Amino acid sequence: MNHKMSNNKKRVRIGRILLYLVLILVMCSMVVPFAWMLSASFKNNNEVFLYPIRWIPDPIRISNYIRVWTEIPFPRYYMNTLLYSVIVTAGQCATCSMAGYAFGKLKFPGRDLFFLLFLSTMMVPWHAIMIPQFMINKALGFYNHPQAVIVMNLFSAFGVFLLRQFIMGIPSDLVEAARIDGCGEFRGFFQIILPLCKPGLATLIVFTFTFMWNDYLAPMIYLDNDRYKTIQLGLASFRSLYMTDYGLIMAGTVCSLIPILIIYCTAQKYLIEGIAHTGLKG
Amino acid sequence: MNKPKKIKIKYRKSEVIAGYVFLAPSFLLFFTFMLIPIFMGFYISLTNYNGFKQMDFIGFQNYANLFADSYFTVALKNNVIYTLGTVPFTILLALLLAVAVNTGIKGAGLFKTFYFFPYITSSVAVGIIWTLLFNPKVGPINNFLRSLGIPEEGLPGWLLSTTGALPAVMIVSIWKMAGYYMIIFLAGLQGINKELYEAADVDGAGKLTKFFKITLPLLSPTTFMILILSVIGSFQVFDLINIMTEGGPGRATNVLVYRIYQEGFEYMKFGYASAEAYFLFGIILLVTLIQFIGQKYWVHTDE
Repeated sequence: MNHKMSNNKKRVRIGRILLYLVLILVMCSMVVPFAWMLSASFKNNNEVFLYPIRWIPDPIRISNYIRVWTEIPFPRYYMNTLLYSVIVTAGQCATCSMAGYAFGKLKFPGRDLFFLLFLSTMMVPWHAIMIPQFMINKALGFYNHPQAVIVMNLFSAFGVFLLRQFIMGIPSDLVEAARIDGCGEFRGFFQIILPLCKPGLATLIVFTFTFMWNDYLAPMIYLDNDRYKTIQLGLASFRSLYMTDYGLIMAGTVCSLIPILIIYCTAQKYLIEGIAHTGLKG
Repeated sequence: MNKPKKIKIKYRKSEVIAGYVFLAPSFLLFFTFMLIPIFMGFYISLTNYNGFKQMDFIGFQNYANLFADSYFTVALKNNVIYTLGTVPFTILLALLLAVAVNTGIKGAGLFKTFYFFPYITSSVAVGIIWTLLFNPKVGPINNFLRSLGIPEEGLPGWLLSTTGALPAVMIVSIWKMAGYYMIIFLAGLQGINKELYEAADVDGAGKLTKFFKITLPLLSPTTFMILILSVIGSFQVFDLINIMTEGGPGRATNVLVYRIYQEGFEYMKFGYASAEAYFLFGIILLVTLIQFIGQKYWVHTDE
């Protein structure tokens, strides 16, 4: 009996160790490409592909980073993307929380029809409508202007749903009580609903900012003028320009990832919640 | 219960006004950039519109031409291979990671953090990094294979070879997406009643038995949903392809969205590209329909 117990325990322990080994192995495969990038960004061209890989560069060269920020309009790409991302994120917070409130707490004719309409277009792939969307943007005079990638992104069906779900969770009594106190619908929205849906907004902010920062195809279609280009476009064209300047390309890539890394470190919780939430409800 | 009779709902005037006002900005944008394009796209697909010349209505000619166009059929074939190659492996990896992370081991949060990270990085950055890693002559991947003793002629040419390019992109895609689906699986795992495992423990069930008899069946709605999501996603791959291969070498990695992009924005054949876009739309509609029907057979009860 005793012998069997300890045997069992041993098996459990071996299982645990194996589990850890597999988990660590997968973790390495996830980290190694980024680690390699970081390491290569501090090397010159002769050192990048040396094998076995020297993970800690010797000497550590920062010249690649200096060149990234001075030789090409990286700061401009950075500021452009930051600007578009912030505008779109703020805009979506406004439009989505308003629509979410209308769908979640207000009664008006046609509400459910509108909601169904929003819902049914959610599965339309963007790529299927990018051509007519392009024509509309062009007709509006947005082509080759930042408005092209800003205005159409101010609406998000995902955001409306996210905030509707969230606002529905806020007790209606609160809204009613405010009404009785003579608080209008608009003041009720700003003073009661908005403060209470901060976590929902946080999720939306993280998603929208990340989406805007990483977006590639839409800026590529719309922004031909170098003045307006985004970081992903800049990175891609920079790569084709300095094809064989590997360390330099890696330094640029590192820089492009910094805002995402910051978001990931500070707001990972909201990202994961958002995915788990919409994933299951979607 | 009888069907409730239609009763006129009394609307409050202030609420109705507020409702429309609050909905207006979203609806206006939705109408302009979603609803109109959906119908417009279909109409364009029935014309020979090329960006500046006038639009002639040509019926379903573009659609009829699709299958005679080898560029399109090759792209479709590649896309199907891409789907078949990425979807099962991504799901399997995501499921295994979710179950492993969910065992309550120490450092689970840390593992989760690392697995999920590739998903939120841009495909441009990831594509650039992996292009260097896959470099057949000097890249670390082939250097590693060399160090294992694989002879030079046995090494894959990866992005530079017609046979290696698609698998390379597929590897990156699996690597990037597994963490995302792991998160959804984890949410699904949280929903499984813990008492079931306790009951199984009393019955002396082993870990594998519990996995196959409890976890897998009760997770099936999540798995099914992930299957649908990942199939849909796999038909929309573009960024990675554009960065890593530009559809090449030759046509080896040309896929549907890449075709739409080329026909539409490189050759300005808006009509034809719209037909391709609507074909893609059709595929995704079909997959969504399967999900809609399939859900009914997958009714999941907690009891």
